[in-house]
Amino acid sequence: MQSEPVEIIGASADFDRRNRDWYIDRAVQIIVFICGISAIVFIVGIFAFITMEGVGFLVGDFNFTEFFFSPNWRPTSEVQPTYGILALIAGTASVTGLAMLIAIPFSLGAAIFIAEFATGKTREILKIVVELLAAIPSVVWGFIGLSIMNPLIIEVFDVPVGLTVLNAGIILGLMAAPIMTSIAEDALKAVPDRYREAAEAMGATHWQVIFKVVLPASKNGLLGAVLLGVGRGFGETMAVLMATGHAINIPTSVFDSVRALTATIAAELGETAVGSTHYQALFTIGIVLFVITFIINLTADLIVRGIRKG
Amino acid sequence: MLFRILFGFMTATLVLPVVLILGTLIYKGGPMISVDFLFTNPVQGMTAGGIFPALLGTVWLVLVALLISVPLGVAAAIYLSEYAADNWFTRAINLAIINLAGVPSIVHALFGVGAFVIFFGFGTSILAASLTLAVMTLPVVIVATRESLQAVPYAFREACWNMGATRWQTIRRVVLPNAITGVLTGVILEVSRTAGETAPIMFTGAAFFLPFLPQGVFDQTMALSLHLFVVSTQVPGMPEQLPFGVALVLVGLVLLMNSFSIALRMYLRGKKKW
Repeated sequence: MQSEPVEIIGASADFDRRNRDWYIDRAVQIIVFICGISAIVFIVGIFAFITMEGVGFLVGDFNFTEFFFSPNWRPTSEVQPTYGILALIAGTASVTGLAMLIAIPFSLGAAIFIAEFATGKTREILKIVVELLAAIPSVVWGFIGLSIMNPLIIEVFDVPVGLTVLNAGIILGLMAAPIMTSIAEDALKAVPDRYREAAEAMGATHWQVIFKVVLPASKNGLLGAVLLGVGRGFGETMAVLMATGHAINIPTSVFDSVRALTATIAAELGETAVGSTHYQALFTIGIVLFVITFIINLTADLIVRGIRKG
Repeated sequence: MLFRILFGFMTATLVLPVVLILGTLIYKGGPMISVDFLFTNPVQGMTAGGIFPALLGTVWLVLVALLISVPLGVAAAIYLSEYAADNWFTRAINLAIINLAGVPSIVHALFGVGAFVIFFGFGTSILAASLTLAVMTLPVVIVATRESLQAVPYAFREACWNMGATRWQTIRRVVLPNAITGVLTGVILEVSRTAGETAPIMFTGAAFFLPFLPQGVFDQTMALSLHLFVVSTQVPGMPEQLPFGVALVLVGLVLLMNSFSIALRMYLRGKKKW
């Protein structure tokens, strides 16, 4: 990119200016490169730092079988502290599962409506509403679970406690749905119009176009949307902390209170001494969360990129 | 026709409960909102009085987080849009950005504790909390900026290079001025995200209650999002309406920011010259 000095002999002032610009250009290139790789630095940093804080537990009291297969999370027991996260995994899984049961059909339905049926103003307005819904902070959702859903569930189902799998599942479903809707809608819109036109030209009805042409053509994108929704539900912290009831329990019905992996960290980290086994065990849960969300995001990315290639 | 009704119904099922919920928030929280509520301190163990320290704390946290993440994110987006080649390395960066956005907020909190509070020795402070928030919301800035940079036609750059401008001169004089409002929409979105986050600040710098206002970035602070958690779960004898008031202020703030960002985006789309 730099001009050859020989070309500008006799124009030394001009040469100097150009040279300085060249150095600035190089400096900027290096600076933006460093900032550009910051995302990688942070991801590696997150893994490194949570591992660093949790490693004492991993090399010490960590017992693979107990950690993953014992339902007893009793880190503060005076007699025999146990660190089993099975019940917490069950809590997270049950809440996320119920949320997806609600969110997947409805958000795909909503995405199909917005992408294939709604037109003009309706479409614009719905897209804005979906975007605004996605912005409601998770602590507000938790508060809604606590103060609106809780009494509602107690009254409607005549149960003693309303902070349950059902409550958190609905809350999480409503939270994840807007995000899934907007990603799924993008995937549907990415199907070229000529596919639809070709199908219509063959005499296909509107629903045949949607079910036989548009949905199959966009299935990778839709799957990506579902996976991102799962990741969102799985990693959600404040809403599940406030709406699940926070009781360590392997649920047998949707009216049981549970406790999630994320909520356990949020509730207990403040009460542990830095460097204690309990503290390190919480960071180990963090490692589990990080690894699982990493796998979910990686898979979603590979699937979504699959459509672009295919 | 049947399917139109079915899918329309499904859309309504998603939107209506939320509208009802927001309606309830306004109905129950609305009467709480007053100038006094916004600008006085909480009293009587937070069961009365206003939310001023929490509101101010959120402003602190958001501003410091923006000071860190906006320059970093914009520069990263410039690299990705203007310099990066389409190869495995750039894909790795993109994957890292997706993951940064996907990592659970509580894991970001753990990172903040391990890195900023303990390792770098900032303690529980506004600085540590804002750094954690900045890392977490970095993808919002990067993605929005990259999109608006890429929306600037390639011919603009070519024309500039042909005049003998360097890459940086082209970016500074031609690309950025044409993309700046797009960048702004991303920044506003980030403000809204940052203001609403709770988990990442719980252990890095936000306190349940403080009798004084923060004087600098090494002080702890109260925050609106954490305040909602505290008044709705941690304080016995809380009057029913007060948490609704806090929730309404928080939701109002976030939705206002988002609406502003959307309006700006639509205005831009209308003004597009190319």
